[in-house]
Amino acid sequence: MPAWGRLLAHGIVWALGIAFLVPFAVVVLNSLRTAQEIAQSAMIGWPESWAFSNYAEAWSEFCVAQSCTGLRPFMWNSAAVTIPATVISTLLGAIAGYAISLWRFRGDTWIFGLVTLGIFLPQQVRLIPWTFVLRDIGLINTLTGLVVIHTIQGMSFTTLFCRNYYVSIPQDLMKAARIDGAGFFRTFFRIVLPLSPPILIVTVIWQFTHIWNEFLYGVTFTTGSQQPVTAALIGLNAAIADVPQYGVQSAAVVLAALPTLLVYLFGGKYFLRGLTAGAVK
Amino acid sequence: MPELLVIWGPLLLAAAHIVVFTAWTVWISFTASTLMPANEFVGLRNYSSVLATRNWKIAFDNLFVFGGGFVAFTMLTGLLLAILIDQRIRGENVLRSIFLYPMAVSFVVTGVVWSWLLNPGMGIQKLVNDFGWAGFRFDWIVDREMAIWTIVLAGVWQAAGFAMALLLAGLRSVEPDLIKAAQIDGAGPVRMYTRVILPTLWPIMVAVLVILLQMAITTFDLVRALTGGGPGIATQLPALVVYDFMFQRGQIGRGAAAAVLMFLILLGVLVPHALFKYARKRRAADA
Repeated sequence: MPAWGRLLAHGIVWALGIAFLVPFAVVVLNSLRTAQEIAQSAMIGWPESWAFSNYAEAWSEFCVAQSCTGLRPFMWNSAAVTIPATVISTLLGAIAGYAISLWRFRGDTWIFGLVTLGIFLPQQVRLIPWTFVLRDIGLINTLTGLVVIHTIQGMSFTTLFCRNYYVSIPQDLMKAARIDGAGFFRTFFRIVLPLSPPILIVTVIWQFTHIWNEFLYGVTFTTGSQQPVTAALIGLNAAIADVPQYGVQSAAVVLAALPTLLVYLFGGKYFLRGLTAGAVK
Repeated sequence: MPELLVIWGPLLLAAAHIVVFTAWTVWISFTASTLMPANEFVGLRNYSSVLATRNWKIAFDNLFVFGGGFVAFTMLTGLLLAILIDQRIRGENVLRSIFLYPMAVSFVVTGVVWSWLLNPGMGIQKLVNDFGWAGFRFDWIVDREMAIWTIVLAGVWQAAGFAMALLLAGLRSVEPDLIKAAQIDGAGPVRMYTRVILPTLWPIMVAVLVILLQMAITTFDLVRALTGGGPGIATQLPALVVYDFMFQRGQIGRGAAAAVLMFLILLGVLVPHALFKYARKRRAADA
């Protein structure tokens, strides 16, 4: 390719890169501007005085739907749903994936096919059944209810990821373990689990981002102080229409997006692997 | 045998919830259920009433505009980015991270952020107006005709990096011999892409296409955060209609019917894709 062509390619791709950064950069800059400053100019601008107090306010003082607790309780709610659901669904997926691909049992391919169908089943088809199931087991409007949902649904992905990774472990290793008299759990902990870190990281990152970012179940099955942060953020954006406080609101958006962005920043390679694994299926 | 319990317990629960919940929703869609489930069978009545509502008609039309626009522009942007990055660009890793980061944030965050940027009173329009171009208008978000395109715009921003990542991986796995042979034949860069490289990429393109369509058909959060379905009901999509019937009007029979309709649209994409993959596998096995 000629030199001018390479220069042009660099120009276009970097311009697009900056364009992709703009929306989030705007919000970060706004999170550091005062309400008056934003009202006087536009949403888009450079902070004149760095209003770091926006973050303190967004975190613990800001009012959402008559309760002035800031974003903090909702962030904790999201963490209290995301962390247990991620850990449990990953663990169950690893055991199931191992059982299906290496231990083998009657009906394994059949049940695997069925479980992975869950990847394609829209949430809307599960909404009414979950409503009644959660009500009957007394978990409606609880964080535990959301953990149950995300654990069971998450198994479709975690089982798929782990099974597809474990199939490449040679069966000879399994045979050797069986000859040594190792049972199901011993083989899992001694042989399979030590080989698993790469796929477990991919699975954990996948589950964490998806559950943290989930909105529909959060908004349907919880209200008020039980809501995860995605649901609270929508309430906050609607409530603000009366008294605009875009600085504080922008800080709230940054805070809500931060956990998954940090995961992406540090585990981008594994995040991408999850996306690819989910896509190739 | 404790392992039997550990193996089958969670798997059966996960499988059962998929089968039973689907059957359950389908059953409710055929009953006279309103706020509470009722067992009175009403045939296709819920379906005909859902299909007759203005809400559904608008949502269905919007799905074609949004789905078409979102998939086409995401694919094109992703392909453009992948081809450009494939030219041994400086700072490739940084660029790839930049294009993919929107995938790591929630649609709620994306929707809220874009609702500010697109608000004519304080976003891009205000900025350009303040710079001196007073007549500049960019008010799609409050325009009934154009509002659906704001969802396309935000959706493309979120998903283009995903398309780029998969297509780039495809570009990088093209056989070097194929490229050498084309170079020997004197193919220029444009011919190289259109005649040699892109034709080998189409299985990946189909996979990306199917995922983007799946995203489009089930879109909910983004609309709720960006336009709330408005102005009026101008940006209604099927998933919002489902939610509206189920939880705002307390008509779960109709809500279930709308959910099943949405699922059927999705199956209209997934089933042909599954058949296509199966046929390809068979052909590869025969060859």
